[in-house]
Amino acid sequence: MDNLGWIAVISIAAAGYTIAIGSLGPALGQGRAVAQALSSIAQQPDEANTITRTLFVGLAMIESTAIYCFVISIILLFVNPFWNYATALLGG
Amino acid sequence: MEISPDNIIYWTYGPLKLNATILFTWLIMALLVVGSWLVTRRLSSDETLSRGQNLLEVLVGALRQQISEIGQQRPERYLPFIGTLFIFIATSNLLAIVPGYNPPTGSLSTTAALAICVFVAVPLYGIAQLGLGDYLKQYARPTPIMLPFNIIGELSRTLALAVRLFGNVMSGTMIAGVLLSIVPLFFPIIMQLLGLVTGLIQAYIFAVLAMVYIASATQVQRES
Repeated sequence: MDNLGWIAVISIAAAGYTIAIGSLGPALGQGRAVAQALSSIAQQPDEANTITRTLFVGLAMIESTAIYCFVISIILLFVNPFWNYATALLGG
Repeated sequence: MEISPDNIIYWTYGPLKLNATILFTWLIMALLVVGSWLVTRRLSSDETLSRGQNLLEVLVGALRQQISEIGQQRPERYLPFIGTLFIFIATSNLLAIVPGYNPPTGSLSTTAALAICVFVAVPLYGIAQLGLGDYLKQYARPTPIMLPFNIIGELSRTLALAVRLFGNVMSGTMIAGVLLSIVPLFFPIIMQLLGLVTGLIQAYIFAVLAMVYIASATQVQRES
C-alpha cells in the first residue's frame, strides 16, 4: 500500500478507537456520579436543588474528556492535516 | 458536510468575509436587543403583566437566584455578565429548530471568544473584590509550589470551556446530518429534541462554571 492508503487506514482506525475507548471511561464515571447523586437525593430530598446543580456541573466536567476524544476523531476524519499534506504533495 | 459554519461564506468584499457564524451572531444580537427593547418599553407594576414581561421577569429572577446561591454574594455585580452569557448561548442553541439556521456556538471561534471573556473577567472581578496583591497571592496557595499548576489550571479550564460547548453543539448538528442520510423519517426529529435539551443544559453549564470560577476568585480566604 502506498503512503496515502496507510494514512487513510490508520486515521480511520484511530478515529474509531479514539471515540470507542475515550467514551468508556466517562460513561463509567458518569454512571457512578448519577447513581451516587440519586441515592443522596433519596436520603435528603430537601437538598435536591444543590445536589442537582453540583451533579450537572460535575457531569459536564466528566463529559468534557469524552468531548475531547470526539473532537479528535472528527479532526482525524474530516480535516486530517496529514491527509491534506499528502494530497497536496501528490497534486503539487 | 460542513464541520464549522465558518466555512459557509455568504459575501466577500476584499479581505472581508461574511460567514455564517458572524451573520447568525448578528441576527441573535439583533433579536435579543429588539426583543428586550419591545418588552421593556412599557413595563407595568400592576397585577396584570404582559406575556413578555412575565417571561423576562422569570428569567432574570431565576438567574439572580442561581448566582446568589453559587456565589454566596449579592447577584447584582455578576448578573450582567453571567446573564448575557446564558441568554446568548441559550438563544443560539435553541434557535436550532429554525430551518436553515446554523448555530454560531457550533464554531470554535465563537466559543473561544466566550471562553476568553470568562478568562478576562475572572481576574477583573477578583482584583475588584480583593485588591491586586491579595488576588495574586491566591495563586501561591496553599504553597508556592502550586503556582505553576494554578496557572496551568487557569488556562486549561478556559480551553475546556470552549471545546466543551463547541463539541456538544457541533456533534448535535453532525448527528442530525448523519441520521438524515440513514433514517430520514422521524428519527432525526427525536435527536433534534435531544439537541434542544443538550443546548439548554450546555448554556446553563457554561454560565454556572463561569460563576463558579468568579466565585472562587472573589471569595476571601480566611487565615487560620
